[in-house]
Amino acid sequence: MSGAVYVMWLRQLKRFWRSKPRVIGGLAQPLLFLFALGMGFGPVYAAAGQGDYLQFLIPGIIAMSILFTAMFNGIEVIWDRQFGFLKETLVAPVSRTAIMLGKTLGGATVAVLQGIVVLCLSLLFGYRPASVGSVLLGLVFMTLIALLFASFGIAIASKMRDMHGFQLIMNFLIMPIFFLSGALFPLDGLPKAIGTVTTLDPLTYGVDGLRGALTGLNHYSLLLDLGVMAALVIITTLIGAYLFSKVEL
Amino acid sequence: MDGYRHGAEEEQRTSIVATGLTKRYGPLVAVDNISLSVPAGVVFAFLGPNGAGKSTCIKMFTSLLQPTAGDITLEGIDVAKHPHRARKHFGIVFQDQSLDDELTAYENMEFHAVLYGVPKQERERRIDKALRVVDLEDRRKDLVKTFSGGMKRRLEIARSLVHHPNVLFLDEPTTGLDPQTRRNIWEHIKQLNRERGMTIFLTTHYMEEAEAIADIIAIIDHGRIVAQGTISELKRRTKTKTLEEAFLKLTGKDIREEQASSVDRMRMRRRMHP
Repeated sequence: MSGAVYVMWLRQLKRFWRSKPRVIGGLAQPLLFLFALGMGFGPVYAAAGQGDYLQFLIPGIIAMSILFTAMFNGIEVIWDRQFGFLKETLVAPVSRTAIMLGKTLGGATVAVLQGIVVLCLSLLFGYRPASVGSVLLGLVFMTLIALLFASFGIAIASKMRDMHGFQLIMNFLIMPIFFLSGALFPLDGLPKAIGTVTTLDPLTYGVDGLRGALTGLNHYSLLLDLGVMAALVIITTLIGAYLFSKVEL
Repeated sequence: MDGYRHGAEEEQRTSIVATGLTKRYGPLVAVDNISLSVPAGVVFAFLGPNGAGKSTCIKMFTSLLQPTAGDITLEGIDVAKHPHRARKHFGIVFQDQSLDDELTAYENMEFHAVLYGVPKQERERRIDKALRVVDLEDRRKDLVKTFSGGMKRRLEIARSLVHHPNVLFLDEPTTGLDPQTRRNIWEHIKQLNRERGMTIFLTTHYMEEAEAIADIIAIIDHGRIVAQGTISELKRRTKTKTLEEAFLKLTGKDIREEQASSVDRMRMRRRMHP
């Protein structure tokens, strides 16, 4: 069991490391967001008396890159199905749960690594972590976000036969999860409709916790963020493991 | 008949036994009450037109698909009840590719060895040995995406040997390969059967290949076995000179493409709206 989890994890890391275009491509988007939104909206944000928008935005952009990378790694199960490798893992004498866990951990590790790179890049944009402790707590939230969406991606991919539905998932799931999470705007004093939606978005709690850890600007309490995220990780992992166990070739 | 050598040595032992095997997809019966028995150490060819139920059967034999009814025993193990135990005893080369292109040949093999619980200290030796069997030892460090179709096939065969299975399933192992590669692959397979006494269960559309390598043939059509026996028995029964003629006489000359694809479409529809 542990051997299977380990090789699935290792495979994910090797694939990530070898696909340099993907690593670089994955960094272009956060950089663009930090540059365009961070610098573009900075003056308006400051004029509204909210302070430094870049400081506010950086945790949101880290969360974004983790969300995209983790989801993508989970959804990669569909590639494995299309290119045949899934059969090799499904016919092996190991439990589906081990395969699913290995894949989730691998995807999450890759996503956290990507998040750490964005965190380092944000130093260029003037971010200065308050303490080692705040970065460590930030890593806890980054890991939770990564685990949540890696297992969520696998759950979705288990129900898909091919990549035709990918655009649908991108536009109707990943984008709304990102834009409605408070990654880009403060949650205080929102109109009721969008306020309600943000409370239903799982990423809201991840972003809020990460922002609280890194900059001290949180909307909910860190304990609530931690609790909600941990519970969601357990739920999506269980659902993902169940759906993956039902995959037929 | 030379191919029966191993069968004679181990007269009582059967490798694969299926009884009353049935698979239904809603109203569609893909496999209809099939029973067959494969003696240990023989080369068994499972032939049939497109959509006849070959792949469905292989999926059930290899525990990837639950039969609607019937039992399968592989090397004395009930496949449905103990899939993980059964999986350690067979290797499989799927109809289409199942390698990770982004990993090297060695990494693909190592991945397999870990999944099948091959002890760490044995892995390297077994992998190198299997790569030598298919003449790929000098390509062990190359990424699989740089391999030709034939090399990928050989690598898949090598990979399926790493956990020392007693039975090897080969689902159309030579489809889409040039004649040189096809011959080369069959020679490797024959060698495995002869030297290790491995039971080989294969499907192919090339009748002359089946005729050259198989000890026993079963022909499946519309989900049922229409004939079973040695090649000479089948020829005698159908009063034909070649296996291909016997096959056409038993399964008719209608082209199955349309029917097969409508079955496939039905399966697709079921998949999309489960």
